Amino acid sequence: MSDSGPVQMRSPVLTVRRVDAYHAITVVAPNIAERFRSGQFLAVAVGGEQSGLLLRRPFAIHDVKPDYGGTVEFLFSVRGAGTSWLAERRSRDLLDVVGPLGRPFPLPRDPVNCVLVGGGSGCAPLFPLAHALRRRGCRVDFVLGAATADRVCSAITARRVAETATFTTEDGSFGVRGRVTDPLGQVIEDARSDVAYACGPMGMLRAVTAVADAYEMPAQVSVEESMACGTGICMSCVVPVVGDDGITRMVRACVDGPVFRGERVRFDDVGTIPFDALGAPGWKAQTDGGRNAGREAG
Amino acid sequence: MSSDLRIKLGRMELVNPIMAAAGCAGTGRELARFVDLARLGAVATKSVMLEPRAGRPSPRVAETPSGMLSSIGLQGPGIEVFLQRDLPWLLSRGGNAVVSIAGGSASEYAELARRLSEETGVAMIEVNLSCPNPADSGRDFTDDPAEAARVVHAVRSHTQSDIPVFAKLAPDVPDLVGLATACAEARADGLSMVNTMRGMAIDPATLRPAVAGGLAGLSGPAIRPIAVGCVYRVHAALPDVPIIGMGGVRTGTDVLEFMAAGATAVAVGTVNFADPSACARILREFEESTESRGVVRVGDLVGAAHRPHGAALGR
Repeated sequence: MSDSGPVQMRSPVLTVRRVDAYHAITVVAPNIAERFRSGQFLAVAVGGEQSGLLLRRPFAIHDVKPDYGGTVEFLFSVRGAGTSWLAERRSRDLLDVVGPLGRPFPLPRDPVNCVLVGGGSGCAPLFPLAHALRRRGCRVDFVLGAATADRVCSAITARRVAETATFTTEDGSFGVRGRVTDPLGQVIEDARSDVAYACGPMGMLRAVTAVADAYEMPAQVSVEESMACGTGICMSCVVPVVGDDGITRMVRACVDGPVFRGERVRFDDVGTIPFDALGAPGWKAQTDGGRNAGREAG
Repeated sequence: MSSDLRIKLGRMELVNPIMAAAGCAGTGRELARFVDLARLGAVATKSVMLEPRAGRPSPRVAETPSGMLSSIGLQGPGIEVFLQRDLPWLLSRGGNAVVSIAGGSASEYAELARRLSEETGVAMIEVNLSCPNPADSGRDFTDDPAEAARVVHAVRSHTQSDIPVFAKLAPDVPDLVGLATACAEARADGLSMVNTMRGMAIDPATLRPAVAGGLAGLSGPAIRPIAVGCVYRVHAALPDVPIIGMGGVRTGTDVLEFMAAGATAVAVGTVNFADPSACARILREFEESTESRGVVRVGDLVGAAHRPHGAALGR
């Protein structure tokens, strides 16, 4: 309904390809491409119109190109029936996509040194971010990690775009054996990084935030919280985040995020309602024996 | 010739029977990016409580065959913020505001009703009775018709007479018709049917409930036949009590089905998560189908399934 917000489109698939261990689908979606800012995501319907798979799947936007009026690419792994259906799509099939969704990565006003840290498929949103930072004259250094070599995403592109690219794998099959946070301090020192951007599992974001904190630099983190609608209606993707006023609120990753300032996210309390969160039961435990849990759609 | 889509819900007139269901449209703000709220019959806002509420731990949602389980825990900002921020916004967009309320006691519900009565622009109050009642060992208000009636009576007594009060009922109760009758006798102007029903999914990886709350509310097309059956039974027993039907509506045809079962208006819920422009699409599909059937007034469709085979439909 507005010119700046997300749009819903039936977008033709342009290409389906493999990027390392991931599937990548590019759709023709000019209205989404023109609105996109790095860090935003798509919510894709799966299974076809009559499908029993009701919920959209959220995917970070990995690439945007001007071809055909504007195309958008996202990466995914096959994890269940929905992503398996997606992996079977072919060129010219139509996908029902909503986007771009969520708050983008904030970009520095001045050219500064940025370290971009990604874990597994969490690397995807960092590539458009790297391009946007480079256009602003920022130095970009990558630290990308995964469990195994084939799950490190777009290493060649990372080397091409960034000043330096450091890779880690937990099994040592590629780059440094270990986790992204192992070489991160050295990279920050060598590159004299001013800001960290990170995307990946919660544990990794927590660790990156701690390293950035030790170097007294801000971290912008993009959380991977499971979502049902992606549009802010269902309230399922909440994360405890401290606001400017110091009050913790259960905020929606899809509309209030997925990008937050790392030090504001209460990583240790993710999955819980902290006792001091706004509106938490706190002093009086809500014991309804679980019998009536949740049946309150409205 | 296009059909006359206007319907009367008790004393309230809607431009068409399509509503957005409570809990599935936020306060309209998010949905408004995809749907012109002013074109809908009404928008039911997410249940509001007296105080801000953080809701339940995550995971809060699990996908199930043709549906979903959710346990959000009524997260919301509380009535103060709702009245200052959310309601004025919805009204500024031309939304016909049905305000859903939730509480832990009849007096809490009554206080919410009193506050809402002081506002202009509240078209209807919907009483969400699927809330734990601490005075009844945490059972939902809907689990005991007498408790539900107490709440409805308290709300009706504290609400301006020109604002209709509808009671929202869950389908999985021991005696649905008894519950509906108790609410009607407590002076509910109508009924919203149905809320979600209790269910569970187990995560095969952990062998623990997939939703943190354990039991959660099942919604979506998976429950539609149950919801249509509930509307049919209550309309048969209480033909003069208007019903807003809901539960798994996905297409314009589903709207027809609910109306034929006895619903005067029909609310679109879970499908909004899957398809944010669903309300607009369903309204379009419904219009096309009534037109092609030669329906003069859509109000004539209400209860069609209860009439003898071949009874005329407004032709």
